[in-house]
Amino acid sequence: MSAATPLITQPVLLESQDLVKLFPLDQGLFRRATSFVHAVDGVSFQLHQGESLGLVGESGCGKTTVGKLLVKLLEPTAGQVLFREAQEAPAGPQFLDVSTIKGRDVKTFRRRVQMIFQDPYESMNPRRTVYDTVAEPLKVQNIGGTPHRVERVTRLLELVGLSPASTFLFRYPHELSGGQRQRVAIARALVIDPAFVVADEPTSMLDVSIRTGIMRLMQGLREDLGISYLYVTHDLAVARYMCDRIAVMYLGKVVEMGETEELLANPQHPYTAALLSAVPVPDPQYRRAPVELKGEIRAAVNPPAFCRFYDRCPMAAEICRTSPHPPLEEKSPGHFAACHLV
Amino acid sequence: MMSSQSSPAAGKADLRVRDLTMRYLTRQGEVQAVERVSFDLPAGQSLGLVGESGCGKSSVAISLMKLLPDNARIIGGQVLLGGDDILALDENRIREFRWDRIAMVFQAAMNALNPVYRVKDQIIEAIEAHPSGVARETPLDRVRRLFDLVGLDPAMMERFPHELSGGMRQRAVIAMALACEPDVVIADEPTTALDVLVQDRILRELKAIQQQLGMSMVYITHDIGVVAEFADQLAVMYAGQLVEMGPTADVFQHPIHPYTAALLSSFPSIKGDKRPLETLAGEPPNLVQPPTGCRFHPRCPYATQICRDEEPPRTENRASWATCWHPLELPSPAPGPRG
Repeated sequence: MSAATPLITQPVLLESQDLVKLFPLDQGLFRRATSFVHAVDGVSFQLHQGESLGLVGESGCGKTTVGKLLVKLLEPTAGQVLFREAQEAPAGPQFLDVSTIKGRDVKTFRRRVQMIFQDPYESMNPRRTVYDTVAEPLKVQNIGGTPHRVERVTRLLELVGLSPASTFLFRYPHELSGGQRQRVAIARALVIDPAFVVADEPTSMLDVSIRTGIMRLMQGLREDLGISYLYVTHDLAVARYMCDRIAVMYLGKVVEMGETEELLANPQHPYTAALLSAVPVPDPQYRRAPVELKGEIRAAVNPPAFCRFYDRCPMAAEICRTSPHPPLEEKSPGHFAACHLV
Repeated sequence: MMSSQSSPAAGKADLRVRDLTMRYLTRQGEVQAVERVSFDLPAGQSLGLVGESGCGKSSVAISLMKLLPDNARIIGGQVLLGGDDILALDENRIREFRWDRIAMVFQAAMNALNPVYRVKDQIIEAIEAHPSGVARETPLDRVRRLFDLVGLDPAMMERFPHELSGGMRQRAVIAMALACEPDVVIADEPTTALDVLVQDRILRELKAIQQQLGMSMVYITHDIGVVAEFADQLAVMYAGQLVEMGPTADVFQHPIHPYTAALLSSFPSIKGDKRPLETLAGEPPNLVQPPTGCRFHPRCPYATQICRDEEPPRTENRASWATCWHPLELPSPAPGPRG
């Protein structure tokens, strides 16, 4: 958990450009959908090499959908995901448009991106041993023969703290604790040396004392292997420890983005401010400011053209209803917010 | 902190738990889920019971209500509420007791409500089963007032559980727990499945209601932040036993037990300095065969031979206590006037 490093100066690894994902609601066999869930609606950001970007927000804000779009588990309705090619062309870096690739290119792409899921109880086949689970990406990608795979899996298990690896190789998921399962999931994600990993709430099902170990492990692997993370979480305190920058989502839109400590200390968007003041602080002396927010979060079904936060915003003014949803603008160096009033 | 002492808790009773011991019978053997747990909760106060999954905190909760699954046995102890020992009551008396004197807000609000009944009918059922003190208003009026109290639009009481959002459902479950204005409300992870903004609002409302009605609360949670803010007293459980208890601020400031210290410093915060988070080696023990001596010794950085051989003694510091052979260094009691 190093101090803030200027990772922004690192080359860009991945770029999301105006990413949109709509899910039809009332589609029938012969009927076009008339209403859509705007799960992700015009999301743009860059992720640098070795950087960990946190994507935070409440349930249903679209953060997991963004993660799935980036690794091509979902196809975007509009917009692009650009991913830096492994080989540098003489003319400079080449970017792959992830949404247009097909067939073998997809397989090549999947060697470089992986995803870790929230629930280590659901994301593993109960009938397969730890070795089968971790070696699967190698098998799919046709990498090495059995001796090489055994060696590689053993190395990875040791790396994620399942040591000695020989005592874990042939265990089944039910013989592992939650923390150990999540370590297996991490080993599986890293076995093919990806450049980019989407981690979707990897610690939210774990107990505090186990959670810290997994957080440390993921930070250490990032520093040692130079992996970039998109860290999807609802827990801002965890994001503080895991992420260089944080992007806050509300109903399919990124409403604020900035370096972690700056964003936590000086939230610009009223939604971020409300989220931050709602987090209980583990210090009995600390007195939080009251949260000023109206109503409850809506579903992102056919949202209005104006600011999506308007109906809950404590600051809402006339301009917020008469203008389109505000763009994400740089309010101070490296700190972006989408609000007419700040 | 202790402002609730002056609130109208006069009519409510203190909760006293003595040597509560509970086991589960499983194919692997007897799980020693709760082992000689004792604590006092004065009327009107709130207690946070914290610990990791499987430490027995939910087992304590269902034992206090005597709402046990078939394979659970309470093999010793007392749960005293205003002169009655809940554990000694027969099935008829306990049914009068539950909801009326001691009520529970369950963890998963979706499962705590019957999906085929309207919300109001479920609450009215609880009220009608306990007619004491309801004479001044009709059950329906009471449901309306309860909904008002927990911040739900009374129109919602006509709905079915699936027609409510997660936050609304949790409020309805709280309204049900409050239906008979019990002495003690046990909230088992009341907001764990909810988003932080909804959690914040519900916890604040719950605290306001608690103080208004003079009830005592037991918050069962793994979230140290929630306890820091909402509990007067803090009790830490490990492997079926209470290992430390005291006024919340004291326990945070001067934890006595190494487990408490590790638990507190492994919890990240968005405020204050970004201090390194501590990691506890190992995993909680299997309670079919718990470790000998101090149950924490296999994971404890300070463990010595005596911790393996003998049960730890009780150490006290001001209003806190812990069971440990090697209590963390304690500050000398502050001199000067008390209070």
